[in-house]
Amino acid sequence: MTQIGEPILEVKDLKVHFPTPDGVVKAVDGLTFTVQRGETFGIVGESGSGKSVTCLTALGLIKRESAQISGEVLFEGHDLLKLSNEDLRPIRGKALSMIFQDPFACLHPFYRVGDQIVEAIQCHDSCDKKEARNRTVGLLDAVGIPQPDDRFRDYPHQFSGGMRQRAMIAMALAHNPSLLIADEPTTALDVTVQAQILELIDHIKQEFNIGVILITHDLGVVADVAQSVMVMYAGRAVEYGSREEVFSGPLHPYTWGLLESIPNIDRRGARLVPIEGAPPSLIRVPPGCSFNPRCPHRFDPCDKDVPELLDRGGGHPEACHLRIEDKKRLWNEREAGRVAEVAS
Amino acid sequence: MTQYLIRRTLWSITMLIAVTALVFVIFFVLPGAAGNAGDSKYPPVAIRIAGKQPSPATIEAIIDRLGLDRPVHEQFFSYLGNAAQGDLGYSYQTEEPVTQAVLRRLPPTIGLALGASVLWLLLGCTIGVISALKRRTIWDRASMIGALAGVSMPVFWIGLIAVFFFDSRLQIYDTGSYVPFTQNPIQWLSVMWLPWVVLALTYAAIYSRMVRGNMLEVGTEDYIRTARAKGLTERSVIRHQLRSALTPVVTMYGLDLGLLLGGAIITERIFNIPGIGSYTVTAIAQQNLPVILGTTVIASFFIIFSNLIVDVFYAVLDPRVTYS
Repeated sequence: MTQIGEPILEVKDLKVHFPTPDGVVKAVDGLTFTVQRGETFGIVGESGSGKSVTCLTALGLIKRESAQISGEVLFEGHDLLKLSNEDLRPIRGKALSMIFQDPFACLHPFYRVGDQIVEAIQCHDSCDKKEARNRTVGLLDAVGIPQPDDRFRDYPHQFSGGMRQRAMIAMALAHNPSLLIADEPTTALDVTVQAQILELIDHIKQEFNIGVILITHDLGVVADVAQSVMVMYAGRAVEYGSREEVFSGPLHPYTWGLLESIPNIDRRGARLVPIEGAPPSLIRVPPGCSFNPRCPHRFDPCDKDVPELLDRGGGHPEACHLRIEDKKRLWNEREAGRVAEVAS
Repeated sequence: MTQYLIRRTLWSITMLIAVTALVFVIFFVLPGAAGNAGDSKYPPVAIRIAGKQPSPATIEAIIDRLGLDRPVHEQFFSYLGNAAQGDLGYSYQTEEPVTQAVLRRLPPTIGLALGASVLWLLLGCTIGVISALKRRTIWDRASMIGALAGVSMPVFWIGLIAVFFFDSRLQIYDTGSYVPFTQNPIQWLSVMWLPWVVLALTYAAIYSRMVRGNMLEVGTEDYIRTARAKGLTERSVIRHQLRSALTPVVTMYGLDLGLLLGGAIITERIFNIPGIGSYTVTAIAQQNLPVILGTTVIASFFIIFSNLIVDVFYAVLDPRVTYS
C-alpha cells in the first residue's frame, strides 16, 4: 500500500447469501479487506459482483431476515454484523456514512434539501433548529453549492444531478464521519460533473483525513483517485493491491479484461476488447474459478479448484491458478499486441 | 396560479353546460325519449303526467304549461338562463322548486358521504399501513383476505344483509327513521351508523390495499434507504414513507367523496335516507326532467369541484407539481 494509516474498516471472510426459491444467491462469498484512514479504497467489478451488497451489509441496510450473513466487519472496535439495528443507528450517518448511485432518487422529493440535511444533523446531535440550519448552510457551502442560503429552501427537483450528489455528500459529512462509502457516486452523472464530484470526494478525504470506499464498475474512475483497489467477480475478490500494482502489473485475466475495455486516448486505434460472455448467475456459480467460462487462459484446474486469494509471487494477492511467470508473460503479450495494433 | 384557477373555473362551467345538454338530448332527442313525441301525437311524459285516460285537452294543457311544445334548443337555453340565476325549475310531479328540493336533500347525502368517508379513510389507511409494516405476518394475510372479501361484496348485497340482520333479526336498528341532525343528533347517529359502515366497507377494502401497495413500493425507494443510512430512527423512516405513500390517497379520497356527494344511490335507497341519490332514482322513474337535471347538475358540480380541489391541493402536497 502506498499510504499506511490506521485501519478503520476490517472486513473478514464476509459472506452474504440470500436464500430464494430458486436456490441460494451467493452475493458475497468470502471477502476480506482492510480500509485505512486517509486512503481511497476502490472496489471494482461488473454489476452483480457483490460490491454494493458488501457495503450495504456493513451499514445494516440489508434486511437481515432475508439473508444469511457471516464473517466480521470491524469498525471502531465494533463488529457491525453483531450490532442490533438500534445499536447500528448511532453509527450510521455519523461515523460511517454512505452516498449512493442515483442522486435523482436518493433525496425525498417532498422535503426541502436543507431540511433533509437538518434532519440528518438532528438525528445524532441534540442541537436546536437554528444551529442545525447554520451548520447545513455551511455544509452546502463546503461541498460547493453556490448561494447555499437560498438553495437550502429548494426541493430536490430544483437541483441538477451534480448538485444533488453534492447535497448527498454534504449530508454524509454532517457528522465528520471516519469512513465515507460512495456507491457508484458518478455513474448517473455527466462526465464533466463526474470529475467534479470525484475531485470533491478526494478533497474531503484529504481535508478530514477519512477513509473512502469508492465502489464503481469503471476502472478509469479508480485509476484517478484510489490508492488501493480490489477487483471483485461473482461475490469474490480476484485481485487486491495498490493502484500501481493493479494497473501496471495486473495478474488476473479478469482485471486484464477490464483494463482492455477502457478506452484510452494514448492507444487510439486499438480495438476495445470486451470480455466475452456475461457474469454468472450467483445461484449457479461455475465450479472452480467462477471466471473460468469466460477466461481465454483457462486450463486444467480452473473448473475444479477454487483459487484462493493469495500472493503467488507477483507482489500482491490475486486469485488465479496460472503460474506467476505465465501471468506476466500473457499480460505482456496482450499489451504488446495492443501496442502493435496502435502502431499499424 | 390565479390564471390557472380562472381557466379551470371556465372549464368547469363548460363541463356543466355540456352535461346539461347531454341530459336534454337524452330526454328530448333520442328515439323513445320521454320528451320525444316521435310518431305519436304527444310526448310520453305529458301523457304520463296527465294520468289515466286523459282527454286530449288535458294533455295539451300540460304540454302548454310545461312548455314542452317549444323547440328543444329554446327550452335548453331558457333552462341555462334560469339555472345561472339559481332557479332550477319546478318539479313536474310536485311543482316544488327544484333548487329548494335539492337543497333540502343535500344534508342527508353530505352526512352520509362524510361520515362514511371518515370511517373508510381511518380504516383503510390504518389497515394498509400496518399490513405493509408487518408484511407477510398473520395480521397482513388476515387483513388482505378481509380486504378481498370487502371489495367482493357489493353494497346492494351487504346493505340488504345488514338491514336484515340488524333490523329484522337483532332489532337494534330502525330502518327509515331518518331525522335531520339539527332535529335530533342522537337519533340521527343511530340511523346513520349502519349505512356509514356499509358504504365504508368496500372503500376501506380498496383503500387498505392501495395504501399497503404504496407503502411497500415507497419502502423500496432509494430515498428511504438514504433516510436509514443517515441514521434516522425507524419511526422517522416510516414518517418519510407515509409522506409519499399517502399523497395519492388524498387524490383518490377527493374524487370518491365528490362522487358520493352527488348521491349514494343504492345506500340511500336501502336505508331510506332522503338524500340526492334516492331523489334522483324517483325522478328518473317519474320522467321528471327538472329534477333529473337538477340532481345531475349538482352531482356534476361536486365531481368537477372536487377534481379542482384535488388538483390544487396536490400542488401543496407535491412540490414538483406547479400550475402555469
